[in-house]
Amino acid sequence: MKIFKTLIVGGLTAAALAPAAAPAQGEVKVGFVMFLSGPAASPFGVPAKNSADFVVEDLNAGRGPAPYNKPGFGGSKIEMVSVDEAGTTTTVVTEFRNLVQRSNVDLVIGYISSGSCLAIAPVAEELKKLTNFFDCGTPRIFEDASYKYVFRTSPTATMDSVGAALYVKEARRGVKSIAGLNQNYAWGQDSWSDFEASMKQLVPGIEVKTSQMPKLFAGQYNAEISALLGTGADVIHSSFWDGDLEALILQASPRGLMDKSMTVLTTGETTMHKLAAQIPDGTVLGARGPFGPYAPDNAYNRWFAKGYEARFQAPPNYASYQMAQAILGVKTAWEKAMAANGGKRPTNEQVGAALEHLSFEGPGGQVRMAIGKGHQAIMETAYGMTQRVGGKLTMVNVKRYPAETVNPPEGVKSADWISGGFKK
Amino acid sequence: MVQVGPVLVDGIIYSAWLFIAAVGLTLVYGVMKILNVTHGSFYALGAYAGASLTGVWLARGLPPMLSYAVLLGGALLVTLVFAPVIERGLLRFMYAKDEVVILLVTYALFLILEDTIKLIWGVNPYFVAEPYALLGSFEVGGLRYPTYNLILVGLALALAAGLAWTLRATRSGKLLAAVIHDPEMSRALGVNVDRFYLVTFSLGCFLAALGGSFTSPTVSVVPGLGVDVIVLSFAVVVIGGLGSLPGAALGAVIVGLVRSASVHYMPQVELFVIYFVMAMVLAFRPRGLFSLAEPRRI
Repeated sequence: MKIFKTLIVGGLTAAALAPAAAPAQGEVKVGFVMFLSGPAASPFGVPAKNSADFVVEDLNAGRGPAPYNKPGFGGSKIEMVSVDEAGTTTTVVTEFRNLVQRSNVDLVIGYISSGSCLAIAPVAEELKKLTNFFDCGTPRIFEDASYKYVFRTSPTATMDSVGAALYVKEARRGVKSIAGLNQNYAWGQDSWSDFEASMKQLVPGIEVKTSQMPKLFAGQYNAEISALLGTGADVIHSSFWDGDLEALILQASPRGLMDKSMTVLTTGETTMHKLAAQIPDGTVLGARGPFGPYAPDNAYNRWFAKGYEARFQAPPNYASYQMAQAILGVKTAWEKAMAANGGKRPTNEQVGAALEHLSFEGPGGQVRMAIGKGHQAIMETAYGMTQRVGGKLTMVNVKRYPAETVNPPEGVKSADWISGGFKK
Repeated sequence: MVQVGPVLVDGIIYSAWLFIAAVGLTLVYGVMKILNVTHGSFYALGAYAGASLTGVWLARGLPPMLSYAVLLGGALLVTLVFAPVIERGLLRFMYAKDEVVILLVTYALFLILEDTIKLIWGVNPYFVAEPYALLGSFEVGGLRYPTYNLILVGLALALAAGLAWTLRATRSGKLLAAVIHDPEMSRALGVNVDRFYLVTFSLGCFLAALGGSFTSPTVSVVPGLGVDVIVLSFAVVVIGGLGSLPGAALGAVIVGLVRSASVHYMPQVELFVIYFVMAMVLAFRPRGLFSLAEPRRI
């Protein structure tokens, strides 16, 4: 009996420790990591996963628009391995190691939280695994370190804050005071500090009335809304996202906060379809780039937006766009590296070298891997104001800002670039 | 300088929400000595049931004013479906075990219920904004507040008064006091202790669900909603003294007012202030403000 038990335990242990089968020849196994549970799943994780499902299926079938019409990555079908990003940083790192060392993925595309990206970057480097961050915003990843295997095909949060400040200066002429409501962690603090510094550069002498920083997922904002209403600031900036952003709109709207002050919601695009009735006219919404309502009318966007909406009965949000362009960026690099390799399957190093300083087109327009030593993307961005047209919430007064206007040049840290007066 | 009126109003509204969210936790602990982590799950279940049922109600063009009754019904429904099953099906077999074991069991149930919520409602958010704006608004110090907030304050006061009256002035309340004091002796004297446990656990869960249901018009109902509530509720009941109803009320008022004052006057300490108060109370009153003296066992 004891031997029998030992055999069972030994067998189970061996099965658990054995690496997963290597991918079949001709397939590219890609690990996709995004929040599939928790508060960030609904606004970001699930739309990003849906986007990955749609894009991978269409690419595998060769249905992408040219030059993305070669099936999969260079003719090799893409096999998806999806992992939930939820959990502590330790869990996220463990899951990454599992993807690389047990699931044997060829590369990883993922990560929404800036905390996850900061933790994963050195591990990806250690394991020499090509990793493309598709959504996280902190500029610190490539400003504080250099990586060979780590890339980000979406712009940083600096672009969102600088773009918001430029828009406010134009749209609210004579602005004298600002106030902030941001979540008390890296994303909220960085967003507010970039916006505040940009406004101080653009409007010398501007008064900062208050900076409210409730904890992430606090949910109840009556006191913060009262404090903001009490200040009478001309402009209110918030980088709230997910359920926090939705709760803020639900609680602030009946109290007239967004009517009283021009309110800039840098990630507001994710709510414009769900909470259209609660968002008043004149609210400034960002989409973390030229995505969603700000996406250009190009062949890639027509393919992506129509295909996504037809499949999921909802328009794609900016997280969906970022995921799509992350996949298209890797596909472009893979095929470029493959061509340089005489048509043979490229290594991670070859794909990485091809992705450095790459320019490619996506549903959001042109993406240039122009900063962070060619590992960090820049794009143009856009902001607009809500207005009901025929009962439907639409974006008007849309302003577009070229990539060089809202992103620091190569080798310059975001904070230094802003405090130095946005020198190109 | 910020006017005192809005600071007090914000503090009172937050205190009312905290009390509704936390009172069930202290009730279950006071009677059953169970630190019920599923309290957070019932808060989330109440929010989902409230938001989805009210959404259906309003979509069918039924009277919006009755949506408040639907919120109440949602809380009642999830309690009746889940609470008796958990108490009779699992917890009653654990009463003889150590408090820590029961804590771990309720934590495991919390994780199971989180996934159950996702199985039932998915991961997309639910909104039901109408009840929040339906009653109009009132002004204090030039600031507009939805009148719905007064419902929360009224509900908190009604719960506090109702529970105090039930526990102190009714026969059931007196029997419950006997069960709290000595369940074995109560059983020996013919009190149906099992029924008291079932009713108390269900009532505690109903109060959590009620908190979630009546909060749903003001928030986006998403997975993970119950996690932060359990932490905050725990802070409130620890300040007041675990198991004490007046303690939960005082804890909620202290936390609500301190948080509101910090948001208005010193927003940079808002994150820290609630737990600072908790630490200070525990430093001087380790069992909370309303803890009762315990007889020495030896």
